[in-house]
Amino acid sequence: MYLSIKGIEKSFPHKERGTVKVLDKIDLEVEKGQFVSIVGPSGCGKSTMLYLIAGLEKADQGTISINGKTVTGSGSDRVVVFQEAGLFPWLTVLDNVTYGLLLKKIPKKEAEQKAIEMLKMVHLGNYIHSYPHQLSGGMKQRVSIARALVMEPDILLMDEPFAALDEQTRMVLHKELLDIWRKTKVTIFFITHNIREAVLLSQKIVVFATRPGKIKAVFTSKDSKDGVVPSDVTLQLEKQILAELQDEIEKVLKEEMGDDYSFKTNSVSRDTSGDMGSHI
Amino acid sequence: MAIWEVTSRLSDLPDFMFPSFTQVMATLFSGLISGQILVAIGASLSRLLIGFTIASILGLVLGYLIWRYKLVEDTLGFLVTALQSIPSIVWFPLAIIWFGLNDFAILFIVTLGATWTMIVNATSGFKNVPILYQRVAKSLGSSGIHFLRTVILPASVPQLISGLRIAWAFSWRALMAGELLGAGVGLGQLLEAGRALGQMDLVISVMIIIGVIGTIMDNVLFLRLERNVERKWGIRT
Ligand SMILES: Nc1ncnc2c1ncn2[C@@H]1O[C@H](COP(=O)(O)OP(=O)(O)OP(=O)(O)O)[C@@H](O)[C@H]1O
Ligand SMILES: [Mg+2]
Repeated sequence: MYLSIKGIEKSFPHKERGTVKVLDKIDLEVEKGQFVSIVGPSGCGKSTMLYLIAGLEKADQGTISINGKTVTGSGSDRVVVFQEAGLFPWLTVLDNVTYGLLLKKIPKKEAEQKAIEMLKMVHLGNYIHSYPHQLSGGMKQRVSIARALVMEPDILLMDEPFAALDEQTRMVLHKELLDIWRKTKVTIFFITHNIREAVLLSQKIVVFATRPGKIKAVFTSKDSKDGVVPSDVTLQLEKQILAELQDEIEKVLKEEMGDDYSFKTNSVSRDTSGDMGSHI
Repeated sequence: MAIWEVTSRLSDLPDFMFPSFTQVMATLFSGLISGQILVAIGASLSRLLIGFTIASILGLVLGYLIWRYKLVEDTLGFLVTALQSIPSIVWFPLAIIWFGLNDFAILFIVTLGATWTMIVNATSGFKNVPILYQRVAKSLGSSGIHFLRTVILPASVPQLISGLRIAWAFSWRALMAGELLGAGVGLGQLLEAGRALGQMDLVISVMIIIGVIGTIMDNVLFLRLERNVERKWGIRT
């Protein structure tokens, strides 16, 4: 298996309770070039799992290996797109995008050419010499996506990359992401709150349970997608995933709002966008 | 100025105690032309520059160590907060015993005056670098010296500049106090000479120079530096 996650456990120190277990015995296999989405309620450890793969955090137990090699730290073979753009305010857009390329010892000229090409692809060709504060939130996020893609990583780790974007930009970027994915055959590990987004983009959808984070269910979906239009098949899948998630959402809400709260309904239609998670 | 001129001429005090404005200006100009004041300015500023440079480097290095190592934070970090509250001129007697009444003693307190502030500001600057920037850089393959140079240092620039500004104020005051008590050439010494010779016009001329240099450094250099960074980063427009 290409990306292999075995028996991962992770706890964080907690003020009142000593430690809190965030991830419990996570086992997951991802094939090379696969597009995997993770959905799950807020705080269930999705980002933590992604940071572990990125090598930005260390697991208490278990191993993560890529192509048989155990992950011990961060590396530019796995690049992260964070939920917030995280552009360096002291660098121009262009310098932000070439930052990683120059680290890979790519000559400056060539790095800039690649960066400009990538920025054009996310429709920011006119902003290469701007500073991040001159861009809108959506534009910043597109720069951060360009900054990751230009690295041509083996694995692209995306933590709710489109959550802050408007619907149109999101649709455009869905399509572009799928194009890039098909072209480069990069393996994508994609976290989202949006079930529809997960279903429309990915081949494999992993549903996380919460407290502690565990894998609750795994769904696979047909290959050919355009990332935009839901079909009968994807709608059906959405329903199934939502059903799995409802238990978890209820668990979280009960904890936060008191025991008599009941969220469960048998109908899916009340949330037509499938954007379940953002209401948690 | 008019009030000064009039009160000085009308007052009973002799000229050497309360010189008139025109007299002071005349001394100021002749002092500048003869080079006496210029030499003093040069001497003072070069001391300040050396002390300030040493303090900045020390501040950055020690600030880094405190930020990086828990043990250093618990020991040195604590010590710095305690030492910071001692005005650096208080060290002068010790400095005289160690180095003698010379340039070194003055340089010592000038450096000391800026060092504590620089350490404190560098430490908090490094500590406040957003974790997001650090993760982004690491994810793109940065580490070690490159990580320090391209993320930690630039991200703490705003705090470092405000540290420099405060440190400058401290060392400027330490410098004047040290020179007043110390030896060699310098603005403080010129003040002392003016007092000893009973030349109040010289004393006031030097005071004006000190005020002008202080204002230029603070309002022109540091404020402009701060504004530039703020504009570029979009912190305040
Ligand atoms: N550095 C940390 N120190 C202590 N606790 C942490 C730390 N990082 C995460 N946690 C805790 O771990 C849990 C999981 O966090 P994580 O960010 O992985 O959740 P998530 O699934 O990504 O949530 P969301 O969907 O809201 O982004 C949370 O309860 C959080 O409080
Ligand atoms: Mg998260």
